[in-house]
Amino acid sequence: MKNEWPLWEIFIRGQHGMSHRHVGSLHAPDAEMAIKNARDVYTRRNEGVSIWVVEANNISASSPSDKGPLYEPSESKVYRHPTFFDIPDEVGAM
Amino acid sequence: MYAQMIKSEATQDDPEKLAAFQARIDAGEKIEPKDWMPEGYRKTLIRQIGQHAHSEIVGQLPEGNWITRAPTLERKAILLAKVQDEAGHGLYLYCAAETLGVSRDEITEMLLDGRMKYSSIFNYPTLNWADIGAVGWLVDGAAIMNQVPLQRTSFGPYSRAMIRICKEESFHQRQGYDAIRKMAEGTPAQKKMAQDALNRLWYPSLMMFGPSDKDSVHSAQSMAWKIKMNTNDELRQKFVDQTVPQAEYLGLTVPDPDLKWNEERGHYDYSDPDWSEFFDVIKGNGPCNVDRLAARNKAWDDGEWVRDGLLAHAKKKAARKVAAE
Ligand SMILES: [Fe+2]
Ligand SMILES: [Fe+2]
Repeated sequence: MKNEWPLWEIFIRGQHGMSHRHVGSLHAPDAEMAIKNARDVYTRRNEGVSIWVVEANNISASSPSDKGPLYEPSESKVYRHPTFFDIPDEVGAM
Repeated sequence: MYAQMIKSEATQDDPEKLAAFQARIDAGEKIEPKDWMPEGYRKTLIRQIGQHAHSEIVGQLPEGNWITRAPTLERKAILLAKVQDEAGHGLYLYCAAETLGVSRDEITEMLLDGRMKYSSIFNYPTLNWADIGAVGWLVDGAAIMNQVPLQRTSFGPYSRAMIRICKEESFHQRQGYDAIRKMAEGTPAQKKMAQDALNRLWYPSLMMFGPSDKDSVHSAQSMAWKIKMNTNDELRQKFVDQTVPQAEYLGLTVPDPDLKWNEERGHYDYSDPDWSEFFDVIKGNGPCNVDRLAARNKAWDDGEWVRDGLLAHAKKKAARKVAAE
């Protein structure tokens, strides 16, 4: 009972050319079994062409309380968006 | 439903934090595992998601019972795929529960020693092949009624699990309806079996939605937290309204002499199930409670050497790799 398998986070590339996306997690004794289990659990209907597995305790995450300090600096920099600039119609597509 | 009679936990948190939390939910924001949440929210969700997960897993037993005896190879392959999906549903939900700080082993043990429940419906037997059709049609049909709104639940991991599950459920209900339709349109003996399955499973299916609203005391807090999206009676009515025409199409009779369309309400009037039977089944006295728990305990105990062996092998392999580096 104390021998719980580690938790793995599963990332799947849905189609060629797309990024891998987090789809969920599962328990497995090792990476090889995690991939096999992910195949059975998360790609039963052709949902994937490639699988990444990462042991959950190897993932570092930002904490929710950092939300302000982490993302505020970008809020004031509206000039990073192309819509900030008025381009005369005469100039054509830009 | 798959989670019946979930008691909302009282919460004794800082009122200011509680108000901010409620405001996030009211604004339609999703709560994620690392966000602050009231202890009551966390505990109620562990109980609800856990019970839902256990139902998916225990729910494999009545159907698994018929995999080896399906009438054709095609039906067998379909049923196998359906039951495999249910294992996946259990897994998505266990993972969602684990994000709330309960371990997989803990939650499994709570099922095995009876501290946690699963849906009352799975304590009824599947006596013959017609029951398998009826289960897909009615039981998965009732599950869909409840799971579709839960896709909008406030807890992110639960909502995402529900979205995955809902994508797969429609196959379950359709394969069941297709199987029972074959029988309803078959020989008189087959049609009789289909009718008998409906007779036995109709009221247990209605019970899935939980007690009547007037006896369902724990709903208000869960609805405010958006972990319960509709009342029991709302969903039950919706299920009846949807299912009656489906039964009519099959030429089968819903076993309720008082069932009739109410023009004024725009709904069917129907009879409630026998609630004393429901509470008795919940208490452990249904026809299959003992078998179901025994089967789960046996699977857990018999699988122990596999779980331990694979982990020991993985550790050895990892140690060898480190030594070689
Ligand atoms: Fe399911
Ligand atoms: Fe299902």
